[in-house]
Amino acid sequence: MGLAKRIIPCLDVTAGRVVKGTNFVDLRDAGDPVEIARRYDAQGADEVTFLDITASSDQRDIILHIVEACAAQVFIPLTVGGGVRSVADVRRLLNAGADKVSMNTAAVDNPDLVAEASAKVGNQCIVVAIDAKQVAPGQWEVFTHGGRKRTGLDAVAWACRVQQLGAGEILLTSMDRDGTRNGFDLPLTRTVSDAVDIPVIASGGVGNLQHLADGVTQGRADAVLAASIFHFGEFTVRQAKEFMRERGIEVRL
Amino acid sequence: MASASGRIAVVDYGMGNLRSVWQALVRVAEGREVLVTADPALVATAERVVFPGQGAMPDCMRELDARGLRAVVLEAAKSKPFLGICIGLQMLFEHSDEGDVPGLGVFAGSVRRFPAEKMIAPQGDKLKVPHMGWNEVKHSRPHPLWNGIADGARFYFVHSYCVEPLDRECIVGMTDYGIPFTSAVARDNIFAIQCHPEKSAEAGLALLSSFTRWKP
Repeated sequence: MGLAKRIIPCLDVTAGRVVKGTNFVDLRDAGDPVEIARRYDAQGADEVTFLDITASSDQRDIILHIVEACAAQVFIPLTVGGGVRSVADVRRLLNAGADKVSMNTAAVDNPDLVAEASAKVGNQCIVVAIDAKQVAPGQWEVFTHGGRKRTGLDAVAWACRVQQLGAGEILLTSMDRDGTRNGFDLPLTRTVSDAVDIPVIASGGVGNLQHLADGVTQGRADAVLAASIFHFGEFTVRQAKEFMRERGIEVRL
Repeated sequence: MASASGRIAVVDYGMGNLRSVWQALVRVAEGREVLVTADPALVATAERVVFPGQGAMPDCMRELDARGLRAVVLEAAKSKPFLGICIGLQMLFEHSDEGDVPGLGVFAGSVRRFPAEKMIAPQGDKLKVPHMGWNEVKHSRPHPLWNGIADGARFYFVHSYCVEPLDRECIVGMTDYGIPFTSAVARDNIFAIQCHPEKSAEAGLALLSSFTRWKP
């Protein structure tokens, strides 16, 4: 027995509420973030991730209050991402109670930010989120700005680069699968996971429990992230873990 | 020095965020004062001391000295209930390969990076570093801080280096990740652990709760 594969419920937060959309649009309200995080903790979630998808900067501080409230009540790791632009942003989130901070667009625009933040707060706190879209068989491109802007970067090469820069973990989302409930992009997950030495979280497309198991066994992900299957009460995190354990995957139960 | 305050001091030497440690301690401390402090006098007069750490050990050692906290931390490690967490465990050893720096030398031994050539799971998969996530802590020896915690209970880890004590007698917890490594040590009034009890749900809160009441 050794390290457990992690199950991470993800909460997309805007204007203080958890929402969930399809392919980054059509948002549905799913509830109060702190209440939902507590519920997942009680179900045995290994971590919780908040992604702040707030578009306007005047609402940015709302996420800090949510993080503070959550960290006071939930004693499992908390990752926060979305709109992180500077080392100061990273520090603010960590000081509010986040354990890890995820950056995406800012890392692409300014790769030095990854190195700088990692040097300041330690690589264990720095997650680089990669939104990838397939552009040819076995080839994926990095997109930013919530999937609206292509970067010309190869996703696998970019993953290796951010590891070198000092990322401690990669949150890998398939833009093609996100919100579709058709399962992870397993070739993408496996290719990136095999290419780097840091943990990879698979994200995007989970529609059932088999998809979570596949992310680990076929995608070789170290952790699997899902949103809608948990938010709307379809499955509990505990059910997901029991399912994975029955298939020989080591989980914390 | 007087320690009648009942205060639990979390030593703040400017490395990383101690809010989680503070919050978890407040949760279990039953109304006693829990203080995150960089003031040597407040550490010196505390009843018990928590010594956390985040980031890289060379930075942690430098900042500890820059804030004039080395002497009170060493004194606390000799005289009162003392809990080291993560880098706070590693700093208690003589030397770290991370940045090739000396530690506080409270325990004999070194801090080494996970050996790259051993980072293979039994089924052949690559094991990632940092060792990040929930792993089992096996009780090598009984200890009051293990009370209420199952042998092999999972705790949350995030680290790339681990301690190698010279004196095996101090080892109270072991964990497997490519290699079996020492995840907890104890001696007299000191208990130090590699994982993050403040982020380890019930098992972690149980350990912190026991620490707040521990009478070594």
